Amino acid sequence: MLRTLTLTLSMALAAASAALPALAQDGPLRIEITDGVTEPMAVAIPAFHGDAAVAQRIRDVVAADLTGTGLFREIPKDAQVARPGSFGEAIAYEDWRAVNAQALVSAEVKQSGEAISVKFRLYDVYAGQAQGDGMQFDARAGDWRRAAHKIADQIYARLTGEQPYFDSRVAFVQETGPKDARIKRIGVMDYDGQNILWMTDSSSLVLAPQFSRDGRRLVYTSFDSGFPQIRVMEVATVTSRALTQDANSMAFSPRFSPDGRWIAYSREQGGNTDIWLMDAASGAQRPLVQSPAIDTAPSFSPDGQRIVFESDRSGNPQLYVVGVGGGEPTRISFGDGRYGSPAWSPKGDLIAFTKQVGERFHIATMRVDGSGEKTLTESFLDESPTWAPNGRVVMFTRVTPGGNGQPRLHSVDITGRNMRPLSLDFAASDPSWGPLMP
Amino acid sequence: MIAWKKPVAAALLLALAACAQPAPPVTQTVVDPYANAAGGALYQGQLAGGTLGAEATAEYFNNTIGNTVLFAANQTALTGDARAILARQAEWLNRHTNFTAVVQGHAEETGTREYNLALGARRASAVQEYLIAQGVASDRLRTLSFGKERPREVCSDEACYANNRRAVTVVSATGAGS
Repeated sequence: MLRTLTLTLSMALAAASAALPALAQDGPLRIEITDGVTEPMAVAIPAFHGDAAVAQRIRDVVAADLTGTGLFREIPKDAQVARPGSFGEAIAYEDWRAVNAQALVSAEVKQSGEAISVKFRLYDVYAGQAQGDGMQFDARAGDWRRAAHKIADQIYARLTGEQPYFDSRVAFVQETGPKDARIKRIGVMDYDGQNILWMTDSSSLVLAPQFSRDGRRLVYTSFDSGFPQIRVMEVATVTSRALTQDANSMAFSPRFSPDGRWIAYSREQGGNTDIWLMDAASGAQRPLVQSPAIDTAPSFSPDGQRIVFESDRSGNPQLYVVGVGGGEPTRISFGDGRYGSPAWSPKGDLIAFTKQVGERFHIATMRVDGSGEKTLTESFLDESPTWAPNGRVVMFTRVTPGGNGQPRLHSVDITGRNMRPLSLDFAASDPSWGPLMP
Repeated sequence: MIAWKKPVAAALLLALAACAQPAPPVTQTVVDPYANAAGGALYQGQLAGGTLGAEATAEYFNNTIGNTVLFAANQTALTGDARAILARQAEWLNRHTNFTAVVQGHAEETGTREYNLALGARRASAVQEYLIAQGVASDRLRTLSFGKERPREVCSDEACYANNRRAVTVVSATGAGS
């Protein structure tokens, strides 16, 4: 059975959302994302069939997506003794077992003018059978990278049992210029640093963009009026407007609710910072958390019913949870150090945050009740974690020290393994990982 | 002040000594024309092309009054040094009522971006409140926080951090008043 999916210009996907492994089998080939030491699964991704020049590039992106997770390793091309003669031809499993491949990807790319079509199948080499349905993606030639990410997403989902995340975008802030006069600019890119689209020019200081759950809008802090205020950006049209413009009140650290109807943000009055909620459509605002302490950095739970935030009401910054209806916040962090910039996982099970202990910074996670704190990273300055749409990878900012210090985006998985810098040829900070695209 | 005793007509005095009472010595005082009796020199000439009115400038405020106060790590309370500077700022602002001010709060690079924005706002507000208590009209003062976005010094040591934990009073003439 071969299902066909189409990537259209608007990036809406016909027939969409692919329920995953259709093939019932006992114990499908599976690699788990766990804390234990895991040997990467060996995957053979031989050259894709078809003459289209783009076939090789698509294959390479699929391979980069999979190996970039640290969960898979690719069987080197020169070790491969076999190559299927054509797409759909019977697989010589013995040949793939001989090179210790556990999974095999077979694909074919056809190009017709500005349209490409990519078919693929995934095989469990040891079981000697296909794993899941074959699929076909139709796309504009210019969207070849998205077609590749779609295939890699299918493979990842079938082999890990998790939701995928490769076909997604990240909003970020590019940083140029000297440290005491930094120029900042908001951009949006594919999760792997490709296809950068600039959202703002360099004329005013901008901070911390946050995607809406549907990926259509960004909220961010801008100094374009001379004072920090919140703006919202329509990504498709690159048009923005101010959401706050009270000259006697700073507004910053905005985030959307999962349904996109609300924006939680920090509002400062007379030096005191509290957390407010704004109706994104009407602009109506009401206080949610008010205290004489600093209350900032709100992040919604995936059901939209609770907010985790940072407050120094205990004397130093700690994490608290409060219902969106208000009430007394519950403190959830109790360890040594200073806790900040919490981000509730889209999967709902974990909260990622920044933790400062002495002069070192960490990205860490805890369960939503505050238990099970787990440190993922350590450096001079790590901050601003954001979750991959599947809740299994965290991207964050790592800043190097000194007068020439620069921020770089890094990612790490929730086991603390596979820490790696994003491949970008400029300094960047404040990532916000958007949704898996349809 | 220096007084020189000059032996004016010393020979004549010596000649008369034998036959008359000695005359008191003649004393002449040489006065420094740039000195005044108040115990300090007041330069009355040109200063950076200005006149006495030169103190009614943002440059004078920044360089002579002092536009910056510093804070201890993670603190927003004003130190004694800060109060002394702010007293001078208030005195200057009260004399030059055609100026308004924006107080910019800043934080060092350690700490999260959001928390440092809030911390800088507290520092700016502490300065604003002190200036108001010293008689500066509240409608002449605004506050703003840059968090850790605009350090004054860029190294990653306490020597720089100490100078980056600051509030800067930025004055500008409104054109109204004197």
